[in-house]
Amino acid sequence: MNHPLAEGFFRMEKLPHIWCPGCGHGIIMASIARAIDKLGLDKDKVCIVSGIGCSSRAPGYMDFNTLHTTHGRALAFATGVKLANPELEVIVIAGDGDLSAIGGNHLIHAARRNIGLTTICFNNNIYGMTGGQYSPTTPTSEKGTTAPYGNIDKPFDITQLAIGAGATYAAKTTAYHVPQMDKLMEAAIAHKGFSLVEAISICPTYYGRKNKKGSAVDMMNFLKDSFIDHKVAEKLPPEKKEGKFLIGEFLNKVEPEYTEQYDKIIAQLKK
Amino acid sequence: MSKQLELRLSGSGGQGLITAGIILAEAALKDNKNAIQTQSYGPEARGGASKAEVIISETSIDFPKVTLPNMTLALTQIASDKYIKDITEDGTIIIDDSITLPAGVTAKNVYKVPIIKTAINEVGKEIVANIVALGLIVGLTGIVSRESLEAAIMARIPKGTEDLNRLALEKGYELAKQV
Amino acid sequence: MAKKVKFLQGNEACVEGALMAGMTFYSGYPITPSTEIAELSAEKLPRIGGKFIQMEDEIAGIAAAIGASLTGAKAMTATSGPGFSLKQENIGYAALAEVPVVIVNVQRGGPSTGLPTAPGQGDLMQAMWGTHGDHPVICLTPDSVKETFDLTIRAFNLAEKYRTPVILLTDEITGHMREKIEIPDASEIEVYNRIKPNQGDEYKAYKVYDGDLVPKMADFGSGFRYHVTGLMHDETGFPSNSTKNAGVLMNRLMAKIEDNLDDLITYEEVEVADAEYLIVSYGGTARTAKAAIKTLRNEGIKVGLFRPITVWPFPEKQVAELSKKVKNILVAELNYGQMVREVERVVKGNCDVRHCGKANGEVLTPEELIRAFKEVL
Repeated sequence: MNHPLAEGFFRMEKLPHIWCPGCGHGIIMASIARAIDKLGLDKDKVCIVSGIGCSSRAPGYMDFNTLHTTHGRALAFATGVKLANPELEVIVIAGDGDLSAIGGNHLIHAARRNIGLTTICFNNNIYGMTGGQYSPTTPTSEKGTTAPYGNIDKPFDITQLAIGAGATYAAKTTAYHVPQMDKLMEAAIAHKGFSLVEAISICPTYYGRKNKKGSAVDMMNFLKDSFIDHKVAEKLPPEKKEGKFLIGEFLNKVEPEYTEQYDKIIAQLKK
Repeated sequence: MSKQLELRLSGSGGQGLITAGIILAEAALKDNKNAIQTQSYGPEARGGASKAEVIISETSIDFPKVTLPNMTLALTQIASDKYIKDITEDGTIIIDDSITLPAGVTAKNVYKVPIIKTAINEVGKEIVANIVALGLIVGLTGIVSRESLEAAIMARIPKGTEDLNRLALEKGYELAKQV
Repeated sequence: MAKKVKFLQGNEACVEGALMAGMTFYSGYPITPSTEIAELSAEKLPRIGGKFIQMEDEIAGIAAAIGASLTGAKAMTATSGPGFSLKQENIGYAALAEVPVVIVNVQRGGPSTGLPTAPGQGDLMQAMWGTHGDHPVICLTPDSVKETFDLTIRAFNLAEKYRTPVILLTDEITGHMREKIEIPDASEIEVYNRIKPNQGDEYKAYKVYDGDLVPKMADFGSGFRYHVTGLMHDETGFPSNSTKNAGVLMNRLMAKIEDNLDDLITYEEVEVADAEYLIVSYGGTARTAKAAIKTLRNEGIKVGLFRPITVWPFPEKQVAELSKKVKNILVAELNYGQMVREVERVVKGNCDVRHCGKANGEVLTPEELIRAFKEVL
């Protein structure tokens, strides 16, 4: 028997998905569906937009208004959707390369405008669809098919990038920390203004194999052991924080939302 | 060429010559003539040498650009040096009296007129030199009716500057009588 | 009804036409010589409850317009040379995903940054072949301010009717010159709106139902939860790797154009009835040709003008017919030879075909064209 959530929010005939065994993406996609369910959103008024890449196949499985665009451009298409019809709840799903390399300009400007889009970054630290090239979030010295001797680039912290660019909600979580992810996802979608959740995913097929990270289970254990909520971390002694990555809600503030500001201009001109 | 005026207005960016060209063309439309206005753009928004061109005709206008004007106006030396030498044999050159006519430039009529001085001293604002120039051109050529010119000016200028521009126009007509 | 007489630039007339056609959304990026289109849209759209947004780059400019169109808005973006290059990928997206959108390219001089404030017609072939892969293209080219107004309306109408991007290919000559235009009353304008599915009907997003030209297009948010993708897809709209299916889709997309040439193609003929010689020209350069023809006719030379208004699909049949009647065709355009290749292709040796081009940022003058014409004679 199918899970009721699956029956309600997924296009069952389009499943199973294309993702590899052990991929973290399905966990993140399911969390988005649970958040939409919890918030009681009207399915007809939800629009999910993606670019190109592994994660960008998610909208095809999800039973909403779904738009699979060109590589890197999801936020630009989504901006048009949202501005033209602010009634729609627009959620953007993007991979790390899609969002912060080819689409990096759209990310910083969507954040700067504080337009009411929710961006969920499925960050697996690699270009998976094309077979394992290093991305802007591949850690320095790790390997990809295009970094055979180790990556010499410095990685982006996408959450901090969004904050720096003017997002009003930003959070980071991992495919292991599902209860936390569900809460953050819900808060991000409910947030008015530009919100971003960076969900660290795992790619055992490419990133894992290239960098000898072991099985999907080993990679999940790494997420479990290496990431702690920054609020918990505040209370820990320095030695317990060593080598740990911080997750949780990093920013949640209220600022004027773009489409509402535009509607104010329209209202003023009517007078 | 009696039926078609091809006019080149030149000066520095910010002197309002493109606006003057548009006004003259709009006045021609009010007189049920045809008109086309074009302009050349440099990278400078202010300063440099800019030109606006207007063709006014009793009949339809195919080629929209002025290649050889039969009337040219220059308000600055730089614009004069750059744009004034192309003129038909029976054409008219109007230059501000601050300008030295480049050597070798000839035309049937060459008028050196205190356009900018008139704007400064008799109207009180250099910015309306373009309107003084319009009064001068229409005073000399009668290419559009005075009613249409005034109406076209009033439709294009900022509110509150009507009297100033009307005075500038009058001073332009007076200059035309003097040349 | 008294018509409104205005003195407008082509770029301004484009916006007036777009609004008359029902434009409610504009997204773009500033670029000379098209910027007036953005500026006027920014001023006018919020006054009618529409939306304008200046995006972060040219690619985002067309992307947002496509996104808006999916919600039901009539959307436009405008650009010039370099920006047109940047928009190409998403033009292909709109063609494959069948999203109506109007793209204006006010052509300027040269490749690269070139001559931003000077005219050119070097983007004709790019308008047809610029985006990768075979795809349907509709491209219209005006030669006056009034026609810019009319063709902008037509561009929206064709985009809605054929569910495809339509390119309005103007140039710096018509874009920036000011000319008299009589703006008709809205009641005199024919406006076409995309066909939407009825609530409750069976809906396959990319299925062409009986009697329809294209699939019905539901607005996002109107209760039809469907999928749009730039991947090859089947009639449900979902990706499909089937080559058979890809062939069916491609054939359908290309047939939208090929099967409707009479509806799509418009052109102007001047003095062709008794013409022994023909000039083919388009856009701002056709004005040069019209002036040249008057002079040549006064000299007793029987020369006519064929001006494609729809440049893509190319008026192949019409040019082929004329080529059987004249001794010579001279193609005048501001480039090193683009439309002339198309003319040569369709003339198939029926007559001599020559080219009169210029690509230094200047317009072609009637005198230059007459000289070129006489050299051919």
